[in-house]
Amino acid sequence: MAVKRGRGVAAVNYPTGMNLGGDPTQALVHATPTGHFVLSMSSVDVGQGMKSILAQIAAETLGVPTDHVWVDTADTDTGPHCTGTFASRGTHRAGNAVIAAAREARQVLLEVAADKLEVSADDLVTDGQGMIHIKGAPAKAISIAEAAGAAQFEYGRTVAGRGIFLVDRSFPDPVTGKMKPATCYTHACTIAEVEVDTDTGEVTVLDLKNVFEIGRALNPAMVKQQLVGGNHMGVAHALYETTEPYYPDRAHGGRDFNEYVLPGPGDVVPAEFVVLERPASDGPFGGKGPGEMCANPQIPAIANAIFDAIGVRIDEMPMTPERVLRAILAAEGA
Amino acid sequence: MMRIEKSYFADERDDDLHEIGQPRQRADVLGHVTGITSFYADRNHEGMLHLKMVRSPHHHARIRSIDISAAAAHPGVRRVLLAADVPHNIYTILSFIGILPEDEPVLAFDKVRWMGEPVAAVLADSPRAAAEAVALVQVDYDPLPAIFDVEEAMQPGAPLVNEYHGQNWYAYDSGDARKVRLGDVAKGFAEADVVLEQRYQSSPIEQAPSETSGCVVVPDQNGRFTCYTGTQAMFFSLTNAAIILDVPESKLHFVGGTVGGGFGGKTDTVCEPIAILASMVTGQAISFQFNRHEEMQMSSPRAAERIYLKHGVMKDGRIVACEVRCYVDSGAYSRLSPYGTNKAAAHFPGPYTIPNVAIDAYCVYTNRTPSSAMRGFGCTIGDFALEVQMDKLARLIGMDPLEFRFINAYRDGDMKAHHQPTEGAALIECMQEAAKIAHWPVDPRFMAMSSRKGS
Repeated sequence: MAVKRGRGVAAVNYPTGMNLGGDPTQALVHATPTGHFVLSMSSVDVGQGMKSILAQIAAETLGVPTDHVWVDTADTDTGPHCTGTFASRGTHRAGNAVIAAAREARQVLLEVAADKLEVSADDLVTDGQGMIHIKGAPAKAISIAEAAGAAQFEYGRTVAGRGIFLVDRSFPDPVTGKMKPATCYTHACTIAEVEVDTDTGEVTVLDLKNVFEIGRALNPAMVKQQLVGGNHMGVAHALYETTEPYYPDRAHGGRDFNEYVLPGPGDVVPAEFVVLERPASDGPFGGKGPGEMCANPQIPAIANAIFDAIGVRIDEMPMTPERVLRAILAAEGA
Repeated sequence: MMRIEKSYFADERDDDLHEIGQPRQRADVLGHVTGITSFYADRNHEGMLHLKMVRSPHHHARIRSIDISAAAAHPGVRRVLLAADVPHNIYTILSFIGILPEDEPVLAFDKVRWMGEPVAAVLADSPRAAAEAVALVQVDYDPLPAIFDVEEAMQPGAPLVNEYHGQNWYAYDSGDARKVRLGDVAKGFAEADVVLEQRYQSSPIEQAPSETSGCVVVPDQNGRFTCYTGTQAMFFSLTNAAIILDVPESKLHFVGGTVGGGFGGKTDTVCEPIAILASMVTGQAISFQFNRHEEMQMSSPRAAERIYLKHGVMKDGRIVACEVRCYVDSGAYSRLSPYGTNKAAAHFPGPYTIPNVAIDAYCVYTNRTPSSAMRGFGCTIGDFALEVQMDKLARLIGMDPLEFRFINAYRDGDMKAHHQPTEGAALIECMQEAAKIAHWPVDPRFMAMSSRKGS
């Protein structure tokens, strides 16, 4: 039995948003009488935390804690249009729409507060904890709850806002392919270390070092959840998963989680994650979409590490033990 | 195990924020981990019927006849739907943004083009009765030759998969492929010290969400129907359902937004239209939920791709030319693959500045489950091919693979193959940090580089 070690690197980028644009998302925000806020949308939370990040973006813009914002989504009778949750567009497109809506609502609060405090709205700031105060004079303050109540009961004004974000559709030039396929891009570099058993073809990933540049970690805990999950998916793609193990032969497709081979809890790879932030000029607080990109660089990094270990190239995915062993045998026979 | 390294681009970041950048706990997480969160399949309604599909056992076959009499007479069966019951049976999901032709039946009628294609929908009082009746639908098939290989499918004389296209590939306005052209590749290859052409291949991959695809439809007041759905895109699915059912969108009300994993697999709108139709014709609530076998083999996977990469490189490490031929296996129908193929064309040649580039990306039809969106759509497989190729090129000229990437990495202002200037680049910084944490030796001149030119 021979176990050989190797190391490989890969670097990638990833486009944020629907290819070629034309994908609007809208948001509506309104204050309750107690100065809490409801965000009405039709954006879908696919389990990644969409609702929570939109609440956080709204809270930052309004100047209140995140738990003062509720997200009401996704109902096509009550929520304005959203193109959908795909193409790493959710945080970017919906987040920008939420900022626009929250700014409009915030302006009403500031105007009411300005009248109450007898200053100009331009001289007011929020403290992020639910208070509006005069710039440089935190004692001269009114709570957002009080301003929201006053807006309604004294001034007859709605504390509400509308937002939309649209990237104009781009049509590729038929000859040159000139097009604007995306807005901002995320970046990544992964270095993989593997062990290959040359008798069985089995690959064990010993370590993955991942660096992801995602614009801005709007919520580091949810970023971590995305990156850790994506990393595991990348390993699964590299070494295990396919619905057609002998593609293009259509036979032997897995029908359930017994037959469709995935890495289990015992196969979770030791991994390190570093996040870099180069804020996107067009992103909500600089944020891009890290959701898709984070499952990609592991695959070629592992492929390159396998070559580094055994001197044999595997140019087909997934790099199953059978495929690796056959490549080793073919190379030996040559 | 995760660290935010703030030393890079510190001057571009506003750190005077209160909520953004804080690890606030997700509002829905307690519900998720305690099992309180409710999903579409948790709904139950009085008299709710269960929909199950009769599916093709053949990869490609003509349908001679369909006999539903035994199934319709089975205890508990309320109705069996066929193609003729679907108002606008032939559709394609991006028709509303002008990506045509309509090429896919909701229910097959003249022929089936992939193993698992729906032919009839059985509506019954229980999942069991529906499953039993599915086995009683008699479909007389005349099997046809099937094609499974993308390049063989493009050869003259190959069996025609999809008559609505007339050939086994999608016709772009640019021709048989989406084309991207920058500079002069022939000149680039002539100048190159080394040229390497290689072939890469992937296999289809399932999104494998915990919650399988589906919906529950309930007849509402005023002739409207409410569809509780696991779709990733509410209005996208609503619009497609309205097209297929030939009703005004105002007749439909979609409710969702809490989904047990999508990964791209819940953008196809294959469950909602037929379930709403079933509710319309029976007046009952309808549940249509994929079982795991359907989710694994009959929901759209990530397309397999075959990619030929040819690079021309100078001995000093500069890539001077890149030619790409990419074949995306769309399966029997378009779904989102013409879009994904376009995205692939825009993604090549990766985050590198190359003066001469020619890309041809083909969306090819074969007799397999239609592929569609998945996390990394149009990019994941290209990245695999490109980054393995980068490793080979570096070794070919005796250069460190990471240093080779620094030489070619795109920087702000560089022109991309699709004629857009690079903005906000950060590949160099990712590689610098990776080299540091992995103790990968890199020449100091690369560690001193910046994605920002002039700095």
